[in-house]
Amino acid sequence: MIRFIIKRLSLAILVALTVSVIAFSLTFLAGDPAVALAGDGATAADIEALRARYGFDRPIPIQYAAWFAKAVQGDFGNSFYFNSPVIDLITARMPVTIILGLCAISFALVVGISMGAIAAIRPNSIIDRIALLVAVIGQAMPSFWFALLLVVVFSVKLGLLPVSGAKSWLNFVLPTIALGYYATPAIMRLTRAGMLEVLRADYIRTARAKGLRTGKIIFKHALRNAIIPVVGLTAVQLGFMLSGSVIIESVFALNGAGQLAFESISRNDFPVVQAMILIFSLIYVGLTLMADVLNAWLDPRLRTS
Amino acid sequence: MKTVLSVALVAATFAGSTAWAGKADDTLRIAFKDELENLDAYQNSARTGIILARHVWDGLIYRDPITSEYLGNLATAWKWIDDTTIEFTLREGVTFHNGEVFNADDVVYTMNFVADPANGVRPARNVEWIKGAEKVNDTTARVMLKYPFPAALEFFAGALPIYPNEYHSQVGPEGMSAHPIGTGPYKVLSNVQGEQILLERNDNYYAGSPKGIPAIKNIDWRTIPEDNTEFAELLSGGLDWIWKVETDQADRFAAMGQFTVVNETTMRIGYLAMDAAGRSGDTPLKDVRVRRAIAHAIDRQGMVDTLIKGASVVVNSACFPSQFGCEQDVVKYDYDPEKAKALLAEAGYPDGFEITLSTNHFDAPPEAIQQYLAAVGIKATLDRAQYGALYDRVQTGEVPFRLMNWGSYSINDVSAITSQFFRGGGDDYARDPEVMAWLETADTVNDPDERRANYSKALKKIAEEVYWLPTYTFNLNYVYNPSLNFQPTSDEIPRFFNASWN
Repeated sequence: MIRFIIKRLSLAILVALTVSVIAFSLTFLAGDPAVALAGDGATAADIEALRARYGFDRPIPIQYAAWFAKAVQGDFGNSFYFNSPVIDLITARMPVTIILGLCAISFALVVGISMGAIAAIRPNSIIDRIALLVAVIGQAMPSFWFALLLVVVFSVKLGLLPVSGAKSWLNFVLPTIALGYYATPAIMRLTRAGMLEVLRADYIRTARAKGLRTGKIIFKHALRNAIIPVVGLTAVQLGFMLSGSVIIESVFALNGAGQLAFESISRNDFPVVQAMILIFSLIYVGLTLMADVLNAWLDPRLRTS
Repeated sequence: MKTVLSVALVAATFAGSTAWAGKADDTLRIAFKDELENLDAYQNSARTGIILARHVWDGLIYRDPITSEYLGNLATAWKWIDDTTIEFTLREGVTFHNGEVFNADDVVYTMNFVADPANGVRPARNVEWIKGAEKVNDTTARVMLKYPFPAALEFFAGALPIYPNEYHSQVGPEGMSAHPIGTGPYKVLSNVQGEQILLERNDNYYAGSPKGIPAIKNIDWRTIPEDNTEFAELLSGGLDWIWKVETDQADRFAAMGQFTVVNETTMRIGYLAMDAAGRSGDTPLKDVRVRRAIAHAIDRQGMVDTLIKGASVVVNSACFPSQFGCEQDVVKYDYDPEKAKALLAEAGYPDGFEITLSTNHFDAPPEAIQQYLAAVGIKATLDRAQYGALYDRVQTGEVPFRLMNWGSYSINDVSAITSQFFRGGGDDYARDPEVMAWLETADTVNDPDERRANYSKALKKIAEEVYWLPTYTFNLNYVYNPSLNFQPTSDEIPRFFNASWN
């Protein structure tokens, strides 16, 4: 197990490093940071001065090394746009994104697992068909579209929930559903497949033969085994929730990290973009690593493969 | 995204009438798309920042948006002592939001602070001409200029709010952004970065201000980046006022009959810039006959009538008509495709040519222009890029042919547009020494007649040589609560201190 973890961990670190190199170089392809920094109406001399002052005239690998050395200490420099430390901006915006991500994944788990389990108990029934329909729609519909439909129905038409903002918990209801729905189909399908397989297993037949109540068989024996793969999937989906949050935050005017990343790209605010890509990918790599380890812990066969 | 909105609007049509909240609690709820990075008026260059600054602070002068007349704001009178010195007589009995009394020390402190490049005022062009200021007595201050800069009054009338010297020297720009203090008609109660700014009427606002005493007590100022979210908020009564609504959407709102929809022209104009100087290489655009052919090929009036609509008008001179020095008597090119073809043949391109048209417009006008050019044989390939990315390439001289636009920072003076693009800077693809010389003179002499005469010469030549083909003025749609009295202005600065409930 230790060897497995070490192997996966070093792989994760390599992925994170690669991402950081790509993130750093990509911003130089997007435009000249000195021009972005100088803004409208700057003269060529202004731009040159900025280039020298910020060291944009140095070779990219050297700039990367300098950036990386500071980044590992949590210093991502100052935002061009806000003129304040990037790390402060990110720590101020992260809570909204994390709350939204956790709410959304919880929503997806509750809905996905219950629908998946019900569908598996009654395969090919009306309930199963409805669950399939929900899954197909969830995967096919762009999240911004779904989010706006929710707003039209629940806020504009029925007036039940606020359209946007982050004033109270009510503001998080629609974003949670919009974002969580995106992860629901995968969780549901995996639960359903797992349940179908488990329900056919010998030990379930034994349990039934022993005369255990159906409820107990399903919840205590079948579901617990069936959702093992869902644990790993959840970690990966949580990563998707963070990236999906870029769009959902924009639609619901939630001022989170996703919104910051999105706006910073259009503002050519390179230090923020670089930091956000690195942090998001580190979270993603971390979650994937966690999923691998969890899966291996739950299912010893994976450790040797 | 547009289809989504249609859904929203259709749904709302069936939803019945909107429940407005604004009038009942005397709170005007408004939204802007862009997040204000910093509330300190000298630390941001955003349009939203300019708007906020007008509400929280006062300048020395105020320009009436309707009559364009300069009126005393914190100053009551001003006179040029010489080419580079202006003396302001200051208003008495004015206090800042924190109780600090306004006097000449505040003016001197603010001007000296912003004039120092080390303080990094943004945008630098607003202050780079200021040398410093000195106090004559408590109610008189002089501002010294680095060089003659006749447009200075225009800047005093908008871009230069006066800060309280005691407060600002204690808290600095950071404190000013966190808790802005001014003399303006509204006080900042709270600011949640990127979400919401709450403003409250300054009940001690001085009666003599040309801005007038505000009628509405509270302003709830939100940041909503997504159009559709704004629309949904407006439809559900969560907002009283939005702007920059696209024409087709504004038409839908108008059709619903529950909103006031107003269209107003802006100071922004569109332009086609052609590389006459050959900075991007040897293109057919170096030939004036080709540039004239392009000017005749495009039906700008047709575009305004069918595509742009609203209050937009065709412009022929490379500036916004209300700007000081914007000569209107320049060569006009009517829509005449036959003449365009003849000019192309004369220039040696009877079958036209291929060219790349760069633009930061993601809407229909570039395609319309592409069609007009195709009709006379010019095959234009569209190269669309975001403003920042395109701007970089324009500066380095790589863009032979571009469709862009310019809003002059709402400065009602030709120096903010024509001189920006034709005095040899990175955006200048004409590099005409004569034009550059005229503009330099016009930008730096104080005599209005001499300025006008030199701008006129420059603008006439720009039109004659078709360095630019200006297209039309832009317009904006405002959609708001019908119980709100609001007057849009062409300088793109909504003045909520002049708004009221009816």
